[in-house]
Amino acid sequence: MAANPMTQFEVYRIGPEIKIGAFDISFTNASLFMVISSMAILIIFNFGSKKNSILPNKIQLLGELSYSFVSKMINDTAGSKAKPYFSFIFSLFMFVLFCNMFGMIPYTFTVTSHIIVTFVLAAFIFIGVTIIGFIKHGFGYLKLFVPSGVPIVLLPLIIIIEIISYLSRPISLSVRLFANMMAGHTMMKVFGGFVVSLGIIGGWLPLSFSVALTGLEILVAFLQAYVFAILTCIYLNDALNLHH
Amino acid sequence: MIKKIFFQFIFFNFFFLKEVFGAESGGMPQLNPEFWISQIFWLTLTFGTLYIILSKLILPKISANLELRKSQIQENIEAAEKQRESSENKQKEYDQIILKTKLKAKDIFRDARDKALKDINSKKEVLDNQIDDEIKKAEKEIELLRKGAPEKINKIAIETSSEIVKKLIGADINNSSLSAIIEDLTKKSGDKYYGS
Repeated sequence: MAANPMTQFEVYRIGPEIKIGAFDISFTNASLFMVISSMAILIIFNFGSKKNSILPNKIQLLGELSYSFVSKMINDTAGSKAKPYFSFIFSLFMFVLFCNMFGMIPYTFTVTSHIIVTFVLAAFIFIGVTIIGFIKHGFGYLKLFVPSGVPIVLLPLIIIIEIISYLSRPISLSVRLFANMMAGHTMMKVFGGFVVSLGIIGGWLPLSFSVALTGLEILVAFLQAYVFAILTCIYLNDALNLHH
Repeated sequence: MIKKIFFQFIFFNFFFLKEVFGAESGGMPQLNPEFWISQIFWLTLTFGTLYIILSKLILPKISANLELRKSQIQENIEAAEKQRESSENKQKEYDQIILKTKLKAKDIFRDARDKALKDINSKKEVLDNQIDDEIKKAEKEIELLRKGAPEKINKIAIETSSEIVKKLIGADINNSSLSAIIEDLTKKSGDKYYGS
């Protein structure tokens, strides 16, 4: 029975069990949708970059609009110094967006609804940004924790708060995406269950809710990918242009 | 039949309701660490591949396409600007040519008019002279005629009077006495008939 709204998040093995040492790296349904999302991105952008006509066709326009969208986003939040990281943020945004969007198709698996996936991404960003910050500014990067114009008396407290907020960045970044995806999909499943249980008489209300939720979830899928990418840009901005 | 199906619906709906709310939650599958390593591995693999292919192959191409389009559009705009300028220059040239030709045409017209006026004037003079000559000649002739007229008239008068007298009286009259009378008459009132 698909009544439990959490069963959709279950990971199961597809194909044989693969082990490297003690680690199980079997191909699962999560892996399948990661591969599908990456392949979809590569195929779309490959076709989008193949032909270059002055008047772009639809797929080329899609590729170029995404390119300029992400490019503008990075330029607005992190400035021109962030240009070398454009490819990474573009891939990140597209990967999260496609994983979220593929999750919206019924009977699919949402890769980003797993805390481990989002946490690995966020931790990678956090560690990378910290390394970039220390390379660019040396130990001067620690000035990030000392805001200017704060009274000396308050300084110890502020520094502790700043350090906690800095260290909680990967958690907030990963939990935001994971919780949004999980909550949305769970809610849709619950309303879907109501449609079935209330039947043809009472099912219309949850059905209409479900339809509205689908639209909302598509919006959330885009918005969360955008938020994930833009927060990465903001963290990068802290590392590249030290403001404090 | 329809009633039966309807009641069956309601019955089964309650049946499913129990299923929905009665299902025990098995906790969040996300927190089950069984496949964490697998997910991390596949995430690294797929995302790494995606990043490498995008950054090395696809994004440079899109960027180049965008740059190319930008430069091409810029070139086209510049070319259009150049052509516009040249067309403006040509327009100016054309206007100047038109102005020049208009001035020239005016000059030519004026020249032609002057010439024609001159011609007309000279011809007019010649004609005037001719006409004056003719008038003078005619006046002279008239003068001559006028001078000769009284004598002739006198002669005719003498002849006709002598004829008339002859017919009336039947006798010849001396011509000299007649002429004396007529001459006397003409002197008296000749001015009345012939003018001066």
